[in-house]
Amino acid sequence: MTALQAMTIALVALGGLAVVLAYDPLRQAIVLGIYGVLLVILFVVFQAPDVALSELVAGSVAFPLILLATLAKLHGRREDE
Amino acid sequence: MSRRVRIRGFLVSALVLAALLGWGFAGLPDFGHFAGEYAQLLNRVATGERHATNVVTSIVFDYRGVDTMGEEFILFAAVITVGMLLRETRDEGRRAPRDEVRSDAIRLFGVSMVGATVLLGLWIVAHGTITPGGGFQGGVVCASGLALVYAAGSYRAYRAAGPYEFLELGESTGAGGYVAIGLAGLAAGSALLANVLPLGTAGELNSAGTITMLNAGVGLEVSAALVLLFHEFLEEVEHR
Amino acid sequence: MSYLPYALAGWLFMIGLYGIVTSRHLVHLVVCLSVMQSSTYVFFLAVGYREGASAPIFKDYPLGKPAVDPVVQALTLTDIVVSVTVTALLLALVIEIWKRAGTVDPDELRQKQR
Repeated sequence: MTALQAMTIALVALGGLAVVLAYDPLRQAIVLGIYGVLLVILFVVFQAPDVALSELVAGSVAFPLILLATLAKLHGRREDE
Repeated sequence: MSRRVRIRGFLVSALVLAALLGWGFAGLPDFGHFAGEYAQLLNRVATGERHATNVVTSIVFDYRGVDTMGEEFILFAAVITVGMLLRETRDEGRRAPRDEVRSDAIRLFGVSMVGATVLLGLWIVAHGTITPGGGFQGGVVCASGLALVYAAGSYRAYRAAGPYEFLELGESTGAGGYVAIGLAGLAAGSALLANVLPLGTAGELNSAGTITMLNAGVGLEVSAALVLLFHEFLEEVEHR
Repeated sequence: MSYLPYALAGWLFMIGLYGIVTSRHLVHLVVCLSVMQSSTYVFFLAVGYREGASAPIFKDYPLGKPAVDPVVQALTLTDIVVSVTVTALLLALVIEIWKRAGTVDPDELRQKQR
């Protein structure tokens, strides 16, 4: 276990905690993006480039887009009133 | 059961669960010394047998191709269900015409990057058997190229770039094509192997050289499915 | 020290579960569920890792040198993309709940059910 791996594991643990403790959904969406990048680093350090590529595209593009569209729908009416 | 009681009950059972997990993890071999035979065997023989240097792709589409078929149909079913759920109660609220991006810099950058992104996605799909990549990753990149039209342009341009019938046809072709190639492998014998080296031999669902075609089928299906998903959610946003 | 990745997987699982139980917004709940899913990905990759080995891509890497487990990587990478669509299904359900009940707070929904 190299120092790089240990540090990345610590960062991912903190990132997961930050995602859960961000109770406002919009803030959580942004923290989730950062958590996705930390996961990509972890997967690369574990010698898994295919998985890292998968997580990169899914966690940076597909998931935040759907999440933000849902939040825009849920909070939309309040803006119009 | 009030919220406080629920959280207290959860903390107690979470301690028990954590103890059980810890006990289970303690029985695993040390990190870095896993002694699984199947994986080491595949690492030794996969490139020779299937002529694909990316062992992970050959496992996804060949050695464990049936699992991928199941995953593909999970994706298919989920997208159909989202469409069914969201289209039922769609006609409500007025259309909010706030869909134009006004900054010229963003529009220029976005328009110039759309082609590059889709091309990158197609490259990743095509090179799935040689380098890290494949149908799943490249399909998402292609879909995100289309989402860029929405983010850096206007909603109307995005709708014009991807009509429903075309997307549904693409998704069904990808899913059905996967099964059709599998059945053709069942019925016939060998198939030509693209990219790297000569013919592979027969199998049942596992003809060599069908890895590339299955790759392309999955890439088509994943990108069409994700664009359909983006469609449904963005329609919801525009109709609030 | 060598159990650190397994401890990370267990930690992410428990913290995601805690987030689900104490959630006040259904979208927050769905994102905590995706944190729990990421714990399983970390666990898979930790199980398959080999000390001093490289990725299982043999393009410029000579055949026969040690490489990490490719089977768990195959399982994980399809799972990541498919979980995006399943999470989208959950979010579509959240939108439907909001349309019918007007709120996305789980505690308020329980009150309304009575």
